[in-house]
Amino acid sequence: MKEKVRIAAGQGFWGDLLDAPVRQVEGGPIDYLMLDYLAEVTMSIMQKQKARDPNAGYAKDFVPLVRRILPTCVERAIKVTANAGGVNVRGCANAVIEVARELGFGGKVRIGIVTGDDIMSRLDELLSRGIELRNMDTGEPLSTVRDKIQSANAYLGAWPIVEALNQGAQIVITGRATDTGLTLAPLIHEFGWANNDWNRLASGTIAGHIIECGAQASGGNCQYEWRSIPNLADVGFPIVEASPDGTFVVTKHERTGGWIIIPGIKEQLVYEMGDPHEYITPDCVADFTTIHLEYEGRDRVRVFGIEGRPATEFLKVSISYSAGFKAVGTLVYAWPDAYDKAQAADRILRSRLNRLGLQFEQVLTEFVGVNATHGPLAGRPSADIPEVQLRVGVRGQDRSAVERFTKEIAPLILTGPPAVTGFAGGRPKVEEIVAYWPALIPKEEITPAVEVLEA
Amino acid sequence: MKVKLTELAHARSGDKGDTANVGLIALKDEFYPILVRTVTADRVKQHFTGIVHGEVERFELPNLGALNFLLHESLGGGGTLSLMTDAQGKTFSTALLRMEIEITEEEAADLRG
Repeated sequence: MKEKVRIAAGQGFWGDLLDAPVRQVEGGPIDYLMLDYLAEVTMSIMQKQKARDPNAGYAKDFVPLVRRILPTCVERAIKVTANAGGVNVRGCANAVIEVARELGFGGKVRIGIVTGDDIMSRLDELLSRGIELRNMDTGEPLSTVRDKIQSANAYLGAWPIVEALNQGAQIVITGRATDTGLTLAPLIHEFGWANNDWNRLASGTIAGHIIECGAQASGGNCQYEWRSIPNLADVGFPIVEASPDGTFVVTKHERTGGWIIIPGIKEQLVYEMGDPHEYITPDCVADFTTIHLEYEGRDRVRVFGIEGRPATEFLKVSISYSAGFKAVGTLVYAWPDAYDKAQAADRILRSRLNRLGLQFEQVLTEFVGVNATHGPLAGRPSADIPEVQLRVGVRGQDRSAVERFTKEIAPLILTGPPAVTGFAGGRPKVEEIVAYWPALIPKEEITPAVEVLEA
Repeated sequence: MKVKLTELAHARSGDKGDTANVGLIALKDEFYPILVRTVTADRVKQHFTGIVHGEVERFELPNLGALNFLLHESLGGGGTLSLMTDAQGKTFSTALLRMEIEITEEEAADLRG
């Protein structure tokens, strides 16, 4: 058994720094590269892409990335865990296999695929058996949006990924797997942790939580002493160096920017936290009130003392559904009286929308520079404020009403208050809203499938 | 005396649906009891008047010198439904740090020292 396993985070979301995973692979010793591509609504975007092209529906960026890193990964025996498969895990794996063969690794690399998360085709059968998939936030049953659903996937945990690694996969591609499972699985695989070793499973889960947002653990978006953070232009993404007993050190490659400091790790620990006593994943329930942190050198924070409890009997399901349309228009008003002018323009716009008889579920006005982030807490702006951006958004079920709204912004320039600009981008775009429906499903309803393919 | 929370704490915030979470972290371990005493769920609810329309829940993490707040119904529907600039609640962290709290003269001396 290895004494230390190093897992490097390469992407905090689909769209993160493209070169970060390459730098993790080439910048120093690592054993695993962990890539989290799936945000909550990403699955529905991929579902749409797959409907147009049966070969699409996965994180396209992953394939050229594999082309760049595979030779080094093979040379240094670095394994990759990635939820890049989206709604077409097999399609993603086929593209990766093609790249591996082109690079001369045919027969030399194994690709593991994890499926079984997609329950889209089973929804009616599940609903008919009384599994209501109620919205975890609102309590509404899924039947209220049944005809608008675009994708439905259960969050799978670490164990199917472990199975693929056990079968010799160098790259494991999943669909909707939890971000934390992508980090926990290599640790279970390497250290042979048992499926009821709750403290260690919780440790691996919290290790995953710390690095799943990429550089947010190594100096990015860090409030603590932010001016002092070294060289963010060259920020090093975080790496977990784990031991068999479940303790781990958070660090980053030498000669990279950013920092690994206790206040920064604390900021990431509380990010998107609910009840800290129960951080629920498919693999365990982790207790964030048991986490202890100490320095173990420069850019090294040791994490220990973590306790966990048995996993619940449920898996979370991420369902996406069409929820209408929205559009946002903006204009910029300049000194003098910038805020007064922007407010007057908003009154004129709303009066015109009323006269047109347009109905919306919501109309929201914000004044960027005055209250867009802190609302009334920001207080009244200085009378001398140099400029204010008027930002008006509408949302509704009627696409044509939202469309009509987008045509009322530009006319304000010639028919509203003076000293106005900022309309170079043309009319605002109407966006279809794909909303997120979180639900729970009994674990026994979901059977993950693992296959290991030869490149 | 009154001080702004930003003198005693840093923070990070995020979202889960229409709920924003703010993790408030003491800049020094000694400040944590002050946060526990002064930054109650009720105070936070009152601070975010007009922004947070639901309940405020508070959880304690003495091991990290941190408090976690859940601010329900505060993101205009949340996720893709929200029309807000900050639909993900990323700036609720510094919005909370604007809060003024009452500390003793001794605590103030500690803070300045």
